[in-house]
Amino acid sequence: MKHTLNLTGRNLFDLDVYSVEEIETIFETAKVMKEINSREYKKIPTLRGKTVATLFFEDSTRTRISFELAAKRLSADVVSFTTAGSAIKKGESIQDTVYTLNAMGIDLYVVRHGCPGVPQLVHKYSEKPVLNAGDGRHSHPTQALLDMFSIWEKKGSLKGLNIAIIGDILHSRVVRSNLIGMKKMGADVVVCGPRTLMPPKIEEVYGIRCEYDLKTAIKDVDVVMGLRMQLERQNEGLFPGLGEYTSRYGLSNKMLEFAKDDVLVMHPGPMNRGVEILPEVADSEHSIIIEQVTNGVAVRMALLFLILGRKSGREVA
Amino acid sequence: MILLKNGMVYLSEKRKFDKADVLIDKKIIKKIAPEIEEKSAEMIDCTGKHIFPGFVDLHCHLRDPGYSYKEDITTGARSSAKGGFTSICCMPNTKPAIDNFSTLNYIMRKARDVHGTKIFVIGAMSKGLEGKEIANIASLVKGGVVALSDDGNCIQNAKLQLNVMRYASIYGIPLISHSEDYSLSGDGQVNYGYMSTKLGLPGIPTLAEEIMVSRDIMLADVTGTHVHIAHASTKRTVELIRQAKKDGIKVTGEVTPHHLVLNEEACDGFDTNTKMKPPLRSEEDRKALLEGLLDGTIDAIATDHAPHSDYEKELQFMNAPFGVIGFESAFPVLYTTFVKNDKIKLEELIERMTSKPADIIHKAVGVLKEGAAADLNIFDLGSSFTFDESEILSKSKNSPFLGMKMWGKIHYTICDGKFTWKI
Repeated sequence: MKHTLNLTGRNLFDLDVYSVEEIETIFETAKVMKEINSREYKKIPTLRGKTVATLFFEDSTRTRISFELAAKRLSADVVSFTTAGSAIKKGESIQDTVYTLNAMGIDLYVVRHGCPGVPQLVHKYSEKPVLNAGDGRHSHPTQALLDMFSIWEKKGSLKGLNIAIIGDILHSRVVRSNLIGMKKMGADVVVCGPRTLMPPKIEEVYGIRCEYDLKTAIKDVDVVMGLRMQLERQNEGLFPGLGEYTSRYGLSNKMLEFAKDDVLVMHPGPMNRGVEILPEVADSEHSIIIEQVTNGVAVRMALLFLILGRKSGREVA
Repeated sequence: MILLKNGMVYLSEKRKFDKADVLIDKKIIKKIAPEIEEKSAEMIDCTGKHIFPGFVDLHCHLRDPGYSYKEDITTGARSSAKGGFTSICCMPNTKPAIDNFSTLNYIMRKARDVHGTKIFVIGAMSKGLEGKEIANIASLVKGGVVALSDDGNCIQNAKLQLNVMRYASIYGIPLISHSEDYSLSGDGQVNYGYMSTKLGLPGIPTLAEEIMVSRDIMLADVTGTHVHIAHASTKRTVELIRQAKKDGIKVTGEVTPHHLVLNEEACDGFDTNTKMKPPLRSEEDRKALLEGLLDGTIDAIATDHAPHSDYEKELQFMNAPFGVIGFESAFPVLYTTFVKNDKIKLEELIERMTSKPADIIHKAVGVLKEGAAADLNIFDLGSSFTFDESEILSKSKNSPFLGMKMWGKIHYTICDGKFTWKI
């Protein structure tokens, strides 16, 4: 396995402080991990004796399972902390929770929380590396890495690709991390959705383009990503209803015709079939939605391996 | 008697500095002259130091009664004295709120016992600050409140606000407007704009403030009541006040040191000590506030000293309370940022922290002249220090300026002829 950089002991709050080379290292490593996952015995001993804690202060079965599988396939021990069965409900603070877990010898934390900035807060109370598994609507870097890995695998590179992300941009942490990462990797990104679901100054913050018309946004793109429309949003007065939303922003075969012939269709899941994406598109040959999930485990294995698995960067070459 | 020798003295009437001696006899400034000899007086050598009128703060939260784990009247007064303040006005969002005579009485009595900073009380506009019924304004005025405000809250119902202003108009005291439209501020955490997008936090648009500022200016016009806009934070708020003043409407405004010095970028990194209401705004807003202060649109500087304990602030950003402390950093941070960089003249800064705020509450404080109360402070502007948590006298340490190097070290504060702070 070829490495050029040392990621040992690093945190992953968001992709902003990761270089292009580091992200490519993660992709290369994920490729190897993906091969391991296709074996009959999907396990390597690299992280034997290490303990990973997943701290999920917000419900998320998919991301948690993906992380736990990743850790287990590298032979790490995994403990899970979810709010439903934990002391946080009884008023224990994040600080106390982390101190308690620290005392039990955790080597790495995977943190999901509804409030932005909590992974940084966890790190404040622990010297151990922290991986952000989603903090509010702020960021979700491992999702962005797996999304970008999925594109990289199919297209060889992200450089010069046109990528459109469609939907509820305002509430999406997936978008924010992807915008940072995709820009960094050289893609041209356009976001598209109703104006009430668009965060202010998004072009300025990320150096991207913003459109309110799907046809314009999707024209000649190499990749189109739909986002989950949270059904509660229509009660918040942000848009009139799902019918109108789907007619304006739903990904249909008709809309895909405006994209490039070999367009990739992606979605971070879980999908609302028939809302932001029609089944005809979700299940089409363009769709790599299921493969994204497979890649998620590989990318998370790569991260755990690179962050926890090596003693020193000098031994890699 | 106390004799302050050889300092650079700010003379409020002349609005300039002169090298002089100041003789204090009991509670009064007896004499200001170039060379005063008074053998029986305690002499303080003020060579190389500046003597300012004691600062006046229109806006602070002393948290007493009800939240004395954050601050109480004694610690708040001590903290203010260390900041050079000799008169402060405390907001009514205590528990119970200052919407009745007995709570007011409790504070007045305790404030007298402090024997330090003069504490003026601001009464509630609505009962329990709930924005539903008019508070007992006549009793509060009789009890001695200097202004009315629901600060921390904002009466959303325009009819009630109108009635409060009508009802209060006969008493000649200002209504201090914490201008915030809740339907627009919602669960916002930081300025709606660049930072709310970058940090993925719900934003508070400038509109939330401006719509209420507009409303209250119109109500001031209609009722003739003096409206004072608390903690102005946006460019358009400055423009609205500027226009209202041109139109002859009785409106004044204040700005906090943190809104003058910092912009929304300070929130990058999720430091909960940068979370307050109104939020830190864009650089454009910050510049407009400074401009408004310089051209007189904004009358006064007010700290909005809002203590919160460590365990409240050491939370995830969204769950931490709004507010930062301000007494002890106010002058040094403004002096360092603006006076040292020639953005504001020292005389101007002193006026905005003394006579201007005093005028708004119609109190003869914040004046350094013969015959006035001996309220003053002595700063060494030539020495610097790092603003450190361990030096803060407030019970709470939630300042956005921790670790900052500041110029202007306080040596003494004297209030009514008594030392309230000595280095």
